[in-house]
Amino acid sequence: MITRILPQLWRQFCSRVVTNIFPAAHMPPSLTEALSDPSSPPNPPVPVGGRFRGRLHYDRSKCIGCRLCVKVCPANATDYQAAEKKIVIHNDRCCFCAQCTEICPVKCLTMSETYMISSYARKETIVTDSGPLSAEPKA
Amino acid sequence: MATTYTIPVGPVHVGLKEPVTAWLELDGERIVSARVRPGAIHRGIEFMARERNPIQVIYLSERICGICSFSHVLCFIRAIEDLASLSVPVRAQYIRTLVLELERIHSHLLWAGVACYTIGFDSAFHLGMQMRERVMDVLELLSGNRVNYGVATFGGVRWDVTPELAKAVRETIRYYRREFAPFREIVMEDPVAQARMRNVGVLTRDDAVRYSATGPTARASGLRVDIRQSSPYEAYADIPVEPIVPQDYFDTARGDVLDRFAVRVLEVYQALDIMEKVLDGLPEGPFLAEPNLNKVLASLKKAEGTGWGIIEAPRGDDTHIVRLKGGEDNVCWWKVRAPTYANAVSWPVMFQGNELADAPLIINSIDPCISCMERMMVTDGSNAGIVTKEDLLKRCRQKTFDLKAGKFPGGFNGFKGETKR
Ligand code: SF4
Ligand code: SF4
Repeated sequence: MITRILPQLWRQFCSRVVTNIFPAAHMPPSLTEALSDPSSPPNPPVPVGGRFRGRLHYDRSKCIGCRLCVKVCPANATDYQAAEKKIVIHNDRCCFCAQCTEICPVKCLTMSETYMISSYARKETIVTDSGPLSAEPKA
Repeated sequence: MATTYTIPVGPVHVGLKEPVTAWLELDGERIVSARVRPGAIHRGIEFMARERNPIQVIYLSERICGICSFSHVLCFIRAIEDLASLSVPVRAQYIRTLVLELERIHSHLLWAGVACYTIGFDSAFHLGMQMRERVMDVLELLSGNRVNYGVATFGGVRWDVTPELAKAVRETIRYYRREFAPFREIVMEDPVAQARMRNVGVLTRDDAVRYSATGPTARASGLRVDIRQSSPYEAYADIPVEPIVPQDYFDTARGDVLDRFAVRVLEVYQALDIMEKVLDGLPEGPFLAEPNLNKVLASLKKAEGTGWGIIEAPRGDDTHIVRLKGGEDNVCWWKVRAPTYANAVSWPVMFQGNELADAPLIINSIDPCISCMERMMVTDGSNAGIVTKEDLLKRCRQKTFDLKAGKFPGGFNGFKGETKR
């Protein structure tokens, strides 16, 4: 089947890359140094868009503490704080189903486009307040 | 003197994607008999469902399988809709069908690629994976996610098919009509690939009936079975589906791995046709019967009864049975029967008379999903007792200390002298 596969190989050779480009062409000797070096910024990740569901955005001031989001969260990622009548969201548990954003009566929960949410400190993955919606920085 | 010996393939094996053990009895390189032993990846999802309300369980059912996640979701949702008599708008039914077929393409392409990889045909594997990207992109456009789409909900779907999306799907259909033929020819007409797959892992028509094979595994053995035809659901009532069997396309149905390959490849073309018909016939109207989740939850709390959902997943029949009790928020019980459970029973028959080197190919040929299949564990109760998370942590640490101190479990005392540094 060499006749079948050769045209394919030739096309692969000439066409653009299919997958996302790696942040760097080669593994640098020190990854942390290379990432913080401003002279050679890494290849940016592909932009997200449309219906992408990223880290939750929570407008704490708008929340009325109705606890509906806690009721539908499949991963028990939303935690109700009885003292303040507000919630916090554990992003490390969240499965990004967006169910809470649908049920929230005041729409203070939205899915942002941030997806780089891993962290060494567990506390950093907890969303307590991201402010009003317009202040959200895009990832 | 007996010359047979027994070796295990799995649970951890380079040729397998998921843990299952096949104990093969060999005479030289030839497999005389086989015993399949699952049990390495039971997760207890049904137990978790009993602490959740039906809306939460949608997302739990999505995680039964990473590949046919939408099939499981839809099956669960149909079971709940069955017991609570919820109606679904026609547009939603069409969108569900569209996602089901997109998922079928994604699953079959993945399987075809992996099958090539299992026989060592890596260039075809990469070609398959490259083509699969396209359908993943469309699914991401539709749902915002590449694998767990979260599209369906009770009484409809959560996101509509916009005109731009319909355009993207149509473009994808054109792409596959154009690009899929070279892949099919490269694999199916290659003499080496044919030699590796022809007459390997044969499941005869009678055996397929006797061991209740389902889905593409059964169809490759020549059985005309397809739930989309025999008991149509969603938009399949409007779009006729003919089961794809090898005897219609080739001279006869042999029931070997090459036939399973051919059935799946032809089903990709069938899925493209169905998707086109769905887009052509997509009716106008609402796509969600009741957008207010509180009302849905309240009505499900009142609902009582047992509901069934049976659909044709990419690997075969998927069945969910759910029970809700009136006045209770949570799911009372839930039973899942994934297609692999039916197909795995035929493994020992397929193994007989084949060579050891074909064992991973035969295991992969039914497109097994072991974690979907393992729904319960049976013990003899002799070691009954509950081990808490803290206990497990303590035992785990103790074991590490023991290993560090040179105490090995099970009588193994380490490598004396030679490898110790
Ligand atoms: S997105 Fe889903 S998992 Fe995450 S907090 Fe909301 S409901 Fe919970
Ligand atoms: S549903 Fe909205 S308003 Fe209610 S507790 Fe959750 S975030 Fe607050």
